[in-house]
Parts: sequence; C-alpha cells; structure tokens
Amino acid sequence: MLLLSCPCCGVSAEETEFVNGGEAHLKRFGPGSDDADYESYMFNRKNPMGVHFERWRHVHGCGKWFIAARCTVTLEVFATYPAQTTEPPAEVVARIKARRPDWEGYK
Amino acid sequence: MSEPVSALPGFRNEGMISVVEAGPCGMITMRGDLTLPALAKAMTDVMKADIPAQRRITHCDHGRVAWMSPDELLLITDYGAVPGIIGDLQSAIGDAFVSLADVSDARAVFRLSGPQVCDVLAKICPVDFAAFEVGEIRRTRAAQVAAALLRDAEHAFTLVCFRSVAQYMGDLLATVSAPGGEVGLYRG
Ligand SMILES: [Zn+2]
Repeated sequence: MLLLSCPCCGVSAEETEFVNGGEAHLKRFGPGSDDADYESYMFNRKNPMGVHFERWRHVHGCGKWFIAARCTVTLEVFATYPAQTTEPPAEVVARIKARRPDWEGYK
Repeated sequence: MSEPVSALPGFRNEGMISVVEAGPCGMITMRGDLTLPALAKAMTDVMKADIPAQRRITHCDHGRVAWMSPDELLLITDYGAVPGIIGDLQSAIGDAFVSLADVSDARAVFRLSGPQVCDVLAKICPVDFAAFEVGEIRRTRAAQVAAALLRDAEHAFTLVCFRSVAQYMGDLLATVSAPGGEVGLYRG
C-alpha cells in the first residue's frame, strides 16, 4: 500500500483517497510541433523499475493536484511537492540520491 | 417559500453509536484566495469569524467556518440564514475575485456520537483517528463515496456528504455500527 502526504492540505493517507494522474513533468508538444515530438508527448510514457515521478490528485480530500516521487518497486515515497513545478526540485533530487545512490538522476 | 426537506428526514439509527440525520442545514461554499484582505474583512464583518487555519474549524455567531482546501471555505449555518449571509458577504467582498454558492440542498448531514464512534468510522474511512483532533475537519471517503468529517468532541462527529448518496451513507453507517461488530481499537 502506498502512503502519500498531500502538500496542499497536509493530510497523510493511503492511496485510495487519491487518484493517479500518470507521469509528471511532461512537456506539451501541440500544433506546429513535429510528428515525433507529438507522438512522444501523446503516447510514450516512462515505465521505470525504480524512481518515478507521478501526478496525483487528492480526489477524496482537498481536490488538489500534486507530484509524488516514489519507487515503483518498494513503494517508498521520497517526497511529494507542488504541481506547479516543471522538474523535480533540487532538494527532492538530493533526497532521492541519498536513498538511491545508483539512481541515474532525472532526465 | 416552501418547506425545506432534508435528504433523509427523521433518519436515526441506534447501534454501537447513535446516527442521526441532522435535518435542513445551511451551507455556503466560498472559493477564492484565502489571503485576500477583502475576504478576511468580509469574514470578520459578516460572520464575525477568523479564517480558519489549515484543516481547522472556527466558531462564530452564525455557526461554523471550516477549511476545505487552500482556496475553499465551508460556512455552516442555519438553513434560513443563507440568502442573507450570502448577500452581506457579497456586498462586503465587492469586486474581489471570490465566489459564493448556496450548497445547502446539495448536501446531507449526519451527527454521529458514542464512545465507539472512531472505531465505527475507521471501518469505512482511511483515516488515523488517533491523530484527528477535536476542532479539525478531514475530507476523506466513507466506503465508496466522498465525505467530510468534523470532530465536534471526543466522541462526536458531524459527517457531511452529497445528498445523492444520503441513503447509501445512512445504510452504510447503520451496517458498520450494528451491535456485534465492536473493534476496540480506539479505547478512550
Ligand atoms: Zn490534499
């Protein structure tokens, strides 16, 4: 079971109070972009065994979106942070590195 | 004006805890930037209430104000007082970007009480009741539907849900509080 803390309302709860919104930090390629970029934006998603960044929504709580950095193998949650970020904040990256020294890093 | 009818008029169930449908209850949803000075002033002038801190409930002459999310408050008051309060708040807020909606008829309210109330709720809500303080509000789910819990006292909660699921909620609460289902996790 995944235990998440919502950075918007401060509640810690198990995953059934939340809903997963897929991979976080996607960059949109819209009209005018080339086909490969558009295809990648629309369809290609990471599916790592290990550190992953996901959007979550506190659907049965405050209703807000946030981002969770977690391990898909152990379900360890390294951090949750505001959705208004385009890449993982430095302190989140540092925390993951401390827990997973072999992690190749973000991007 | 026609007589207000709540979701499950007269509903009451006595089991491990007492479950009572609260009858018509006034509720106003207020959305906006909670740090706006105009919003704080309107709350002081009209509700005589401070804006509650995160997940807190403040009391005032008109009733209660609950923190729902970083940009949402719930004003709980008498059913008949709602139009007047909305009008007063609207004029106090002026042009500031704040929305007010009368949601009284969209909701159902249950009052739950008894020494085993945390045990009963823990069967259906993914909540750590040991860390749930009196005067706190917690939005969560009760089995399959969304619910808000307000801890009124050590052994008393107010539960708010959507009116469309009131029958489900009443039946659910009656089922999980049926005698014989004692858990004994949260002993007072
Ligand atoms: Zn939340």
